[in-house]
Amino acid sequence: MSLDPRDFRKAGQAALHDESLRIALSRLKTHFALGRARAVERYGQEEWKALREQGRAIRDYALANLDTLLEQFERAVVTRGGHVHWARDAKEAREIVLRILQDAGAKSVIKGKSMVSEEIGLNPFLEASGIAPVETDLGEYIVQLRREPPSHIIAPAFHLNKEDVAETFREAHAALDPDRPLIKRTELVAEARRMLRARFESADAGITGANFLTAEEGAAVLVTNEGNGDLTRLLPKTHIVFTGVEKVVANLEQAAVLLRLLTRSATGQDISSYVTVMRGPRALGEADGPENFHVVLVDNGRTRLLGTEAEEVLRCIRCAACLNHCPVYAAVGGHSYGATYTGPIGAALNPGLMGVDVARHHPNASTFCGRCAEVCPVKIPLPKIMRHWRAREYASGLAPKSMMAGLGIWAFFAKHPALYRVAAANGARLLKLMARNGRVHALPLMHNWFAVRDFPAPQGKTFRELWAARK
Amino acid sequence: MNARPKVGLFVTCLVDLVRPNVGFAAVNLLEQAGCNVDVPVQTCCGQPAWNSGADKHAADLARPLIEAFEPFDYVVAPSGSCAGMIKRHYPEALANDAQWLPRAQALAAKTHELVSFLVNVRGMKQVEVRGAARVCYHDSCSSLREMRVREEPRALLASVEGVEVSELKEPEVCCGFGGLFSVKYPEISERMADGKIADVQSTGADLMLGGDLGCLLHLKGRMQRNGIKLRVRHVAEVLAGMDDQALGE
Ligand code: SF4
Repeated sequence: MSLDPRDFRKAGQAALHDESLRIALSRLKTHFALGRARAVERYGQEEWKALREQGRAIRDYALANLDTLLEQFERAVVTRGGHVHWARDAKEAREIVLRILQDAGAKSVIKGKSMVSEEIGLNPFLEASGIAPVETDLGEYIVQLRREPPSHIIAPAFHLNKEDVAETFREAHAALDPDRPLIKRTELVAEARRMLRARFESADAGITGANFLTAEEGAAVLVTNEGNGDLTRLLPKTHIVFTGVEKVVANLEQAAVLLRLLTRSATGQDISSYVTVMRGPRALGEADGPENFHVVLVDNGRTRLLGTEAEEVLRCIRCAACLNHCPVYAAVGGHSYGATYTGPIGAALNPGLMGVDVARHHPNASTFCGRCAEVCPVKIPLPKIMRHWRAREYASGLAPKSMMAGLGIWAFFAKHPALYRVAAANGARLLKLMARNGRVHALPLMHNWFAVRDFPAPQGKTFRELWAARK
Repeated sequence: MNARPKVGLFVTCLVDLVRPNVGFAAVNLLEQAGCNVDVPVQTCCGQPAWNSGADKHAADLARPLIEAFEPFDYVVAPSGSCAGMIKRHYPEALANDAQWLPRAQALAAKTHELVSFLVNVRGMKQVEVRGAARVCYHDSCSSLREMRVREEPRALLASVEGVEVSELKEPEVCCGFGGLFSVKYPEISERMADGKIADVQSTGADLMLGGDLGCLLHLKGRMQRNGIKLRVRHVAEVLAGMDDQALGE
């Protein structure tokens, strides 16, 4: 499996031939899209429209006041005895986490799902430093055992079928009784629980992500369905919240509005099984909680997007609705992207984080069908941002030379109506001449059209020829 | 409404090149709806350039089109995609051109997709033609989401005598054409086309209609490659009572 976004097309071609992946991806609709549609229906179409607008405004306010909100957040965390760390880039972020863990003398680390940690390559780095974290989210645990990256931002193992998971467990869990059935979903979950329980109990430190940070209360809000986030943060002595700087909003009330949008858009749930509000280390008189509480705020290219045409992408609350409704994602799956963020959000975000040259395929591999923007709970104009990246690519000469040359020739004709008319008339006649049985089967220089389809025979004369004759 | 509005027909490149019938069907329908139709000098709306990020080419193509169509009361195109380019994206393409932006916005405000223009602006409720087919209608993404056209073609089709309309299971899903996408990522485009064709086949329709020739050529071309014998034509042809050869016959 390639992890280079530059290999998107090749990886996608391989994915299209993967039958078991096709079966897994066919569940996008039943698993996510239908659930979301029903949740929106229950909520009320008009009310949902208003809620999305509210969500957009909350996120825009946060982005417009990012600096002051983050400082307010930091003060609130520090007041309650926590620590806030700022990481400008991936390297800084990794080193900060390592330092915290070393200072705490942590040997065994557990981790809740965090896409930001995937983005900056935290796990391989910690492994190389001798502190291998164990993932506690079921999907994330499965892909960790398989040494694969997550393929979906909220369902890391979505590319797998139940049989694949059973096989993975049988290979990785040495003590697993070969006669124990691993067929039903519940049996798989029980098996993962059995393995993870011991890890929870012995961990020195826990790392989680956060869905929102609230400036006023200094709180980190985390949404899970398995409760692993709570165990990860409560049982070990040290808890690290690891997330992106753009996750901050003004207060808990605003986070609650986004929460309503998030779970409905993500899984179609009115609310997730667990919503955890984390506000620092265990306070005097509290029964549980970590002794040390750290928040690592990662920039890694985000604030660079502020004030640009791509700024709106920072509104994202990572619900994955855009992936779940994306026909391209549904065809090639998440791994083809070779990046942490996939589907439309990846296409809009990755060129900003990784560079247009590296992630050029992501915004190009879209028909601009617009379903993503239609379902996005914070109204991000995803196709518009993808187009922005294409324009940047074109302007900096990074687009394929053949495409730029082709467009140049075509544009020359299109800017000269008389030439264009003659070219069209000749083209229509030629195509008609070449057609057999109502179709053209191949044409030079048009390999990619004819690789998968014919071209229906034209009538032979252009409209404008016939119109001129009629007049 | 003044008696006979002047409509500038934007024929579109594909209709001009491949399927003049659609242009004549559009003229016929517009005249039935009480319009004076003319076809000013035109080439392409520039969408391939715009979608490729070739902003200068797009703006250079937008300006003469705006100029050519300004004298008309309306701009009408037998395509949601080309109409969407003028209506939604010309103001974006000329956003930094203080002189042309207001002209782009003015033109955008009077630009329409053909069938929705007939129904919503001209109040057409029915057509007086006969057909004989079980049909389904393929919504193009740009018609559906940029131009907000959905019910209009279905309403007029329902009035064609002898035509029965059945619905796709997932009419809102893209067919995989996407302009240059179809040649940049043909294998993904192919997968999407096959999904759409399977949906069309499951309706039991023997004629697939649509409002955008791009999608139709892509889907019909894919059917031809796979030996699937389903007839395909632009919805305007049926509404205008043209029942000669369908696409690729
Ligand atoms: S872009 Fe919108 S739909 Fe996609 S993950 Fe982000 S918030 Fe959700």
